[in-house]
Amino acid sequence: MIQTDILIIGAGPTGLFTVFEAGLLKLKCHLIDALPQPGGQLAELYPKKPIYDIPGYPEVLAGDLVINLMEQIKQFQPGFTLGETAETIEKLEDGSFIVTTNKGTQHQAKAIAIAGGLGTFEPRKPILKDIEFYEQNDRGVDYFVKDPEKYRGKKIVISGGGDSALDWSIFLSDVASEVTLVHRRNEFRGALDSVEKVQELKNSGKIKLVTPAEVIGFKGSERIESVDIEINGARMNVETDYFIPLFGLTPKLGAIANWGLEIEKNAIKVNNALDYQTNIEGIYAIGDVNIYPGKLKLILCGFHEATLMCQSVYNRLNPGKKYVLKYTTVSGVDGFDGTRKEAEKAVVKSIE
Amino acid sequence: MSQDITIKITDRNGTKHEVQAPTDMNMNIMELVRAYELAEEGTIGVCGGMAMCASCQCYILNENDVPLPEKSPDEDAMLWEAYHVKENSRLGCQIHITPEINGLEVELAPAQ
Repeated sequence: MIQTDILIIGAGPTGLFTVFEAGLLKLKCHLIDALPQPGGQLAELYPKKPIYDIPGYPEVLAGDLVINLMEQIKQFQPGFTLGETAETIEKLEDGSFIVTTNKGTQHQAKAIAIAGGLGTFEPRKPILKDIEFYEQNDRGVDYFVKDPEKYRGKKIVISGGGDSALDWSIFLSDVASEVTLVHRRNEFRGALDSVEKVQELKNSGKIKLVTPAEVIGFKGSERIESVDIEINGARMNVETDYFIPLFGLTPKLGAIANWGLEIEKNAIKVNNALDYQTNIEGIYAIGDVNIYPGKLKLILCGFHEATLMCQSVYNRLNPGKKYVLKYTTVSGVDGFDGTRKEAEKAVVKSIE
Repeated sequence: MSQDITIKITDRNGTKHEVQAPTDMNMNIMELVRAYELAEEGTIGVCGGMAMCASCQCYILNENDVPLPEKSPDEDAMLWEAYHVKENSRLGCQIHITPEINGLEVELAPAQ
């Protein structure tokens, strides 16, 4: 079981910055995120777009802000459970919590910080008859490409018109025996070089492009054997081992909604007068996932909330202990990895 | 002070609302719906207004009466990937509130 002081659910900007503030108080953090990489929305939705309201940065790309946050927290050695979703929570008698993910990974922590943003990013699924049957037990419908090797020598059909459909078609054209890319229209929306690469692979016959078309059904009794595709009003059938619809992700609050927390407007109610604690002692909610009077869903507000929350956790874990706020400029930053950052000492020397 | 305009919005339960919208706040239809809380938070404006989700999709009910800006390639592409799309679908976040669209009538599409 993974042991930590603060278990942070959500590795977006607010969750990442929590690691820093907790580290200053000598508290260790571990983060869980449903996405395969840290950064939350910034990394998944708009890494190449600028943000203009981070104090001190007139302009910063969302992806760069994530890189900087990872750099800022690295000496506090946060642990990560990525690609998994927090599913259940159990409060033990000693006040600690055990959080178990959808894959069964268990984490024990003294406090929980829910920094879940808009929620877990779940794949948008096409509305097709029997799709629930084929998406289970490797029967042929996948919404993520987790292990490309799985598709080696197999026939695959990818559906979608964005970056992930383009990029996985390109990548898997070297792995799979046959790649068919189906999209509702002839135009794709993605990085220019991805679009050009798919054009090239289509011309050389490595990707079969079927547009404007849509997968409308499946055939196969045990698992998927072929998909039915409607193209310009006509029908065709394409043999395949896998159908991978890549229609983007949509956020859902998910299992956290069943943890007994007070929810209002799809967000978690917290005590904003004090420490952003929820109605369950020891569980906090910070960043876009929480709500209180006057709430603003801004990254900079998440940073502030994370800072106050860490103080509250410290006080709970160290009752009665005297604590004085320290400035990093004065005290420096001592990492758990033994590194120390500190201001350069001024010299006291006469000038003659 | 610039003048407010009137926008008619049918919510996802079919209830009609007539709301006043400021033209000097750099607002769009998605933000207007959120400001008046006509759709549940978390089900609209998910991407923040970048035309990267279709949670603010709406149907334009009087497109012949009100001059709307052309769809950008981003909006067009997103609508091709969305659900419940009709001929008169637009993304609310891409329709800015300007004096020209006074009297616009929209219906919110079902949640994605």
